[in-house]
Amino acid sequence: MTREAAILAQGLTKYFRTRGGTVCAVDGVDIAVQRGETFGLIGPDGAGKTTVTRLILGLLTRSGGRSAILGYDSMHDTYAIRERVGYISQQFALPPDLTVLENLRFFARVQGVSPAEQRRRIPELLEFAGLTQFTGRLAGRLSGGMKKKLALACSLVHEPKVVLLDEPTLGVDPVSRREFWNLLGNLRAEKGLTISVCTPYMDEAERCNQVGLIYAGRLIASDTPQAIKRLVPGRLLEFTPSQPERAAARIERMEGMLEIQTYGLMLHVFVDDVAQRQAEIVAALATEGIACEGMREIEPRMEEAFISLIQRAQRQQEDTAHPAQRPEEGP
Amino acid sequence: MDRSLKRIDALIREEMTRLLRDWRTLIIMLCTPLLALLLLGYAMHLNVERIPTAVADLSLDARSQRLVEAFAVSGSFDITMHVESEDAVLQAIDEGRVLAGLVIPPGLATNVQRGQAQVLVIFDGSDTLTVQSGYNAAVSIAQAQSMRLLVEKMDRFGLRGARLPIASSVRVLYNPDMKDLVFLIPGMAAMLLQFMSLNLTAMSVVRERESGTIEQILATPVRPIEFIIGKLVPNILLTVTSLATVILAGVFWFGVPFRGNVWLFAWLSLLFIISGLGLGLVVSTIAQTQRQAQQITTLLLMLSILITGFIYPRSAMPAPVQFIGGLIPLTYFIRIARGIFSKGIGLAFLWSDVLALATYVVVAMGLAAATFKKRLD
Repeated sequence: MTREAAILAQGLTKYFRTRGGTVCAVDGVDIAVQRGETFGLIGPDGAGKTTVTRLILGLLTRSGGRSAILGYDSMHDTYAIRERVGYISQQFALPPDLTVLENLRFFARVQGVSPAEQRRRIPELLEFAGLTQFTGRLAGRLSGGMKKKLALACSLVHEPKVVLLDEPTLGVDPVSRREFWNLLGNLRAEKGLTISVCTPYMDEAERCNQVGLIYAGRLIASDTPQAIKRLVPGRLLEFTPSQPERAAARIERMEGMLEIQTYGLMLHVFVDDVAQRQAEIVAALATEGIACEGMREIEPRMEEAFISLIQRAQRQQEDTAHPAQRPEEGP
Repeated sequence: MDRSLKRIDALIREEMTRLLRDWRTLIIMLCTPLLALLLLGYAMHLNVERIPTAVADLSLDARSQRLVEAFAVSGSFDITMHVESEDAVLQAIDEGRVLAGLVIPPGLATNVQRGQAQVLVIFDGSDTLTVQSGYNAAVSIAQAQSMRLLVEKMDRFGLRGARLPIASSVRVLYNPDMKDLVFLIPGMAAMLLQFMSLNLTAMSVVRERESGTIEQILATPVRPIEFIIGKLVPNILLTVTSLATVILAGVFWFGVPFRGNVWLFAWLSLLFIISGLGLGLVVSTIAQTQRQAQQITTLLLMLSILITGFIYPRSAMPAPVQFIGGLIPLTYFIRIARGIFSKGIGLAFLWSDVLALATYVVVAMGLAAATFKKRLD
């Protein structure tokens, strides 16, 4: 017998009605997060990360498909889910004129945590989030990182088995981001928490067991970070040409070049054969009077994989949008 | 049920903490009605007295002097200038030195004998309240003078002990001294109730939505109805406090009599407060931002002052305006408040207004419950 996934979406679909007509914000998304896993939902802004999260949580009415948390249906058992799940919305949205302690107490009471349990858990959570010295400070006056930690503490006060975090580290400095993720790591290790997190940051995606890449409302890849990185074809060369734009244009016309990505002054080129193509690139650019600095092969990171997969999805979308260019498939 | 009550309790405590934390706003909210009451009690009168008046007496005989005296002692006019011509009176009004003028043409005594005397009273029409009060005063002074002359004349023709055929004796019920406050305080208490309940509710709900807190609260097991109750109870407490302040100050400080049943008034006030809260919830579903909510409540406040009978009688308004006034709960409660407060009447006379309020509560709450969903869309 297979145990149902802690977080489940099958063919999840959401249409929004706007003035211009119906917009499909989420298009048949399938997600299955097993208990104790950390799932990262990554994608560019506006791809539908927040909508997927809200749909699974039952904060929005789904238009089609199925979604459930811990076996409870998002639409029919909404309150069963809300009693068992912690959630941090994207916008920081705890009452800003309540203190740290008042916020924790408020969410504990609303979640029906008994006073005895509150006395045990709240100091624990304050300690865990590093907020013990700030209990009397208004939530609105906390720094960005501390706000997120307070939000996390509030979402954990009823000891949920599953937490959904919508861009929890948006607008937070790198040090606080690292601290926040260390907290999540501890939670996973100690309590076996199932975590689903939306993030635009690739380094955060690498810390998840499972990553779903969402683009224009569709899940275009879903696997472990290692497997996602392997989806990128060929191998990766990194170098800094003296004239990046001209160099990119020249390389594009060469054989064996699978994909070119620009990172500031640096170029990342995916090639089918490193030894052969490296020499060819240097030679070709030299004839154009372009020098190449620090050319080396690197391991593709999530970032390269992400951009590569999105570029591929964009090309596919253009092909389906302009079927005339591919007459053999018909309209 | 028990868990539901606990959640409501948590929401009420949260709202109370936030209200008390913002103590500046709280003090302003509690003091404004008292300030308004003091202004009404001491500084503002609907009946204008001591209107500065210029007199151009071109007769300068005994009759004209008696007329001027009658104006002066009436209390309505304060004769501040004596001038020589009608033009000089007009000029004084133009210059804003006086608001009224009395012009007595030459030969008043002779014309009185012939029974065709005329005097001219001029008002600065840019100030309606002054014109109304002054006009009434001038007419009654002139009539009283004419009566006296008539009686004198009949005396002289040998009808000794002549009397006027009708002696009108006017009795003003409920407010014998015609004090503005007796009229204004119940209306003001009503107005205050509507403004506070409406404003507090609309603002606190819109604030949650604007700051995004509502999403975080929706993601907890809190039911929409619990959220509404949790928001409303603290606002009801605050409004009731304000109401008590105004009524106590009105009764004990300004000596406005409270003639009716206090408990009846209290229960109907509660009904009215709930109708205001319902209206507030409806406003909060229309307004997306606190600024919009503020605009809408200000508009409703204006309408309430002008067309619900708070100051101007509704019977004088055209039918469409009366209809719009009928959509505002204050219209009904003003009649209830004046009825219980000043007239001391009970449900037997007020049931239609009470019914209107109750209908209002049901409709507004139904609308609010239909718009507050457990989801964001």
